Amino acid sequence: MKFETPATTNPIDQLKIIGKPADRIDGPFKTTGTAPYAYERHDNIANPACGYVVGSAIAKGRIASMDLTAAKTASGVLAIVTADNAGKLAKGNFNFATLLGGPEIEHYHQAIALVVAETFEQARAAAQLVRVDYVKADGAFDLAAVKDSGKPARITGGPADTAVGDFAGAFAAAPVQLDATYTTPDHAHAMMEPHASMAAWDGDKLIVWTSNQMIDWSVGDLAKTLGMPKDKVRLISPFIGGGFGGKLWVRADAMLAALGARAAGRPVKVALTRPMMFNNTVHRPATIQRIRIGATRDGKITAIGHEGWSGNLPGGKPEAAVQATRLLYAGANRMTATRLAVLDLPEGNAMRAPGEAPGMMALEIAIDEMAEKLGLDPIEFRILNDTQVDPEKPERAFSHRPLIACMGLGANRFDWSKRNPRPGQVRDGRSLVGIGMAAAFRNNPVMKSGARVRLDNRGVVVVETDMTDIGTGTYTIIAQTAAEMMGLPLDKIIVRLGDSAFPVSAGSGGQWGANSSTSGVYAACVKLREAVAQKLGFNSTEADFADGQVRSGNRSVPLAQAAGENGIVAEDVMEFGDLGKKYQQSTFGAHFVEVGVDAATAEIRVRRMLAVCAAGRILNPKSARSQVIGAMTMGAGAALMEELTVDKRAGFFVNHDLAGYEVPVHADIPHQDVIFLDETDPMSSPMKAKGVGELGICGVGAAIANAIYNATGVRVRDYPITLDKLLARLPEVA
Amino acid sequence: MRSFTYERANSPAEAAAAAARKQGAKFIAGGTNLLDLMKLEIETPAHLIDVNRLGLDKIEPTADGGLRVGALVRNTDLAADERVRRDYGVLSRALLAGASGQLRNKATTAGNLLQRTRCPYFYDTNQPCNKRQPGSGCAAIGGVSRQHAVIGASEACIATHPSDMAVAMRALDATVETIQADGAARKIPIAEFHRLPGSTPEVETSLAPGELITAVTLPKPVGGKQIYRKVRDRASYAFALVSVAAIVQRDGSGRVALGGVAHKPWRVEAAEAELPRGAKAVTARLLADAKPTHENAFKLLLAERTLGAVLAEARG
Repeated sequence: MKFETPATTNPIDQLKIIGKPADRIDGPFKTTGTAPYAYERHDNIANPACGYVVGSAIAKGRIASMDLTAAKTASGVLAIVTADNAGKLAKGNFNFATLLGGPEIEHYHQAIALVVAETFEQARAAAQLVRVDYVKADGAFDLAAVKDSGKPARITGGPADTAVGDFAGAFAAAPVQLDATYTTPDHAHAMMEPHASMAAWDGDKLIVWTSNQMIDWSVGDLAKTLGMPKDKVRLISPFIGGGFGGKLWVRADAMLAALGARAAGRPVKVALTRPMMFNNTVHRPATIQRIRIGATRDGKITAIGHEGWSGNLPGGKPEAAVQATRLLYAGANRMTATRLAVLDLPEGNAMRAPGEAPGMMALEIAIDEMAEKLGLDPIEFRILNDTQVDPEKPERAFSHRPLIACMGLGANRFDWSKRNPRPGQVRDGRSLVGIGMAAAFRNNPVMKSGARVRLDNRGVVVVETDMTDIGTGTYTIIAQTAAEMMGLPLDKIIVRLGDSAFPVSAGSGGQWGANSSTSGVYAACVKLREAVAQKLGFNSTEADFADGQVRSGNRSVPLAQAAGENGIVAEDVMEFGDLGKKYQQSTFGAHFVEVGVDAATAEIRVRRMLAVCAAGRILNPKSARSQVIGAMTMGAGAALMEELTVDKRAGFFVNHDLAGYEVPVHADIPHQDVIFLDETDPMSSPMKAKGVGELGICGVGAAIANAIYNATGVRVRDYPITLDKLLARLPEVA
Repeated sequence: MRSFTYERANSPAEAAAAAARKQGAKFIAGGTNLLDLMKLEIETPAHLIDVNRLGLDKIEPTADGGLRVGALVRNTDLAADERVRRDYGVLSRALLAGASGQLRNKATTAGNLLQRTRCPYFYDTNQPCNKRQPGSGCAAIGGVSRQHAVIGASEACIATHPSDMAVAMRALDATVETIQADGAARKIPIAEFHRLPGSTPEVETSLAPGELITAVTLPKPVGGKQIYRKVRDRASYAFALVSVAAIVQRDGSGRVALGGVAHKPWRVEAAEAELPRGAKAVTARLLADAKPTHENAFKLLLAERTLGAVLAEARG
């Protein structure tokens, strides 16, 4: 099915099941330990051998020699895979770093060997007997130091540089100006389930149970890496313990499990240990961002410029921090520039809302600073500079842009009018209290997505798609979609996900998953309805599917009966036309935060948070809310504590475990509210839905930063905002 | 993890004797730190002596009106003990500020004293660390050092001791009771229990090889307002940037110990004479010889301001 014109009324609009807060179908499996994760697929492989990854001890250079003698003879060892014996390996389309290093070393903890043994403990013990001599080379590890060597780099959906009007002239002429530089550090995905895979060979066919967000990309990349035809590789990933972008691609666990299984002649499972994850895999790259805004005295932006610097391994991508600035606010004269320097740190890649998440952390502080310079309320300033069209191409309208409504509703609910705009004025016990807000903005990409549906003679519909559920609620919204389309209750739908034997889907990434994958299921269900109607001799446009019956006129037939003995199968792919080009499709929101800053110690604690989100039709308000509060929490982490600290001499992330890389705990997040605007976006898909999982993180950090400023009068432009950055600038305490 | 042998000891004397007899032996109780270190091969004991069943899990009154806390009393139980809560509030509060509920359920009194530093370079076996591998160097000096010591450090090591409990015990003038390999008992004042790194940062306590902690005794209650204030980036489950254990009497006199600033709980009795003059005067004396790194110099101001807040709380 092609989606080329705005959606009209369709069966989804009945909202009998879609739009209801159905409980997660996978919830009971998760809470009872019966949802098997990749490392636990003993239902398929009774007794796999275990692989343990050896990581490089240096960041850059080469291996002079590797002595495996002791490791090979250690108890239980079956095989050791290294670049020397792995055979020819190619690089996938989606990773920049080589997954198995040697002799050249590209980054710290790059995998250089896999030790396979009967048990995990044996493999780990033997791995520690591998002796490696390195020749270190100098590397670049400090973004600030190499920033000026950065080259122009294209960003997702755009060029390295954009320019409209005369930015320099308009900025110079503007009576009110802001020119400020902001930094965001490297961030770790730090998902609960480490990267893990179990691989088994059957002749020349490979099957890998893994933890992966994008099955089709990863089948392709694993096949390419191993030099195999794609159709000989099968990936299975039905349950995923979080990904946040860190599992969009094949990583060392999957490739080494395959190589280890080949070398050992039996199935092998490999999980990265927690301390290995931070430097072996990928992370959100650090950024340096310069933002310049010029405005008239009455608050109209006349010039807005955003430059972003990041670093990556050679061949890597930039962090597209400037992305939101191209679209969020009006202004006749504008520019963005993206520069990418070479860094020899581990590979930087996508993490939840790549581009917008760190970009909005900077932009939305800048807007707050500008509002203050102008003496305007930050919401009023944003309203003054709202745009209903793409500011670079005014002929191109937003499909739907209720940013002002989000801010208004949020202001009302959060008692924004009671905020004291003068910073440092409100005290509650030992805390300085402040309130801040920021806009939320994230684009709404859509991706081609397929599904197969099978109706059987019990009236049960089985949905199969290689779509993944990374903890987001995909099983549930797909079941809701099929139930709504076929006129069945939820318990008559079985959803099977994450298997490359199923039709190729959008996968989970870029917040495109929910809208795109349910649209694919919609398309398959439209076909199934047609097949059912045809079989029953109904005109498919007139047939009504409800309560397990198909009705037309005064004739009514149970759906199960239509299936017959052999059932009916339908398969289709939703393909998206150019509505996304004709109309700018984005999601919007507003974040409101109250913080308390200890007047003595400068400890910062969030007191309450609210997000108002406009993300099209909300398919399941319960799972959508979970997505948003999770994203708000992640945003609070980025604002207040998350930072991969770089040892700039040795070139690695030092705090590579969860004791060192702090993410928020329950005590950090006392109270969160989420409100969804009741809306649909017919330009987006037949579901009229949009993504929401990344919208929730965009802007949160800045809302917290702005609240801290309101509480203390101290403006911090370098994340995370930790107490040491405030302390010396707080008033003396008696 | 290296292979090791294991035995379960039946009496403190037997455990101490066994530890002295076996090369590379270690005691294991809660295992909340040791097991992690063994997995990373930072600790590689050839032999483990399980001391969990030695019966050292009681809290009993002492003849002079104090409390004798068995070495195996779990942190949770110690924090919840009615006598501790009433008479040694700073200790109960310090315990509850540490780790998580699950860890406190396992962690023991003696084990808490013996936990090793959380310096990230100590945890990464690819990096030089004089504490882990004497003579290899200190990667934290000139490296990432925001969490590290600001005072009492050396050119060999700038690690901190991560315990909260020990800081409160230092303020309370606790005594560590041990049994040695030859069966002799010994009492070590807490002030002398932990060592500064000097040129041997791998030697962290004054325990002799094989010596087993049997109890920690708390002297007769000293009263006063007892406050433990732990400052950290997140609200729970994080090590202290700075912590303050304070016992403040009605007349303004008192005791102050700091955590998160040194290789041991940091207390300078002479500095306590400055208490009537306020936090700035106390910390000026307490941290007079501080040599922070550029990343952790903020701890000096933080200690002063935190102590100020603690003293204000004590007055109020």
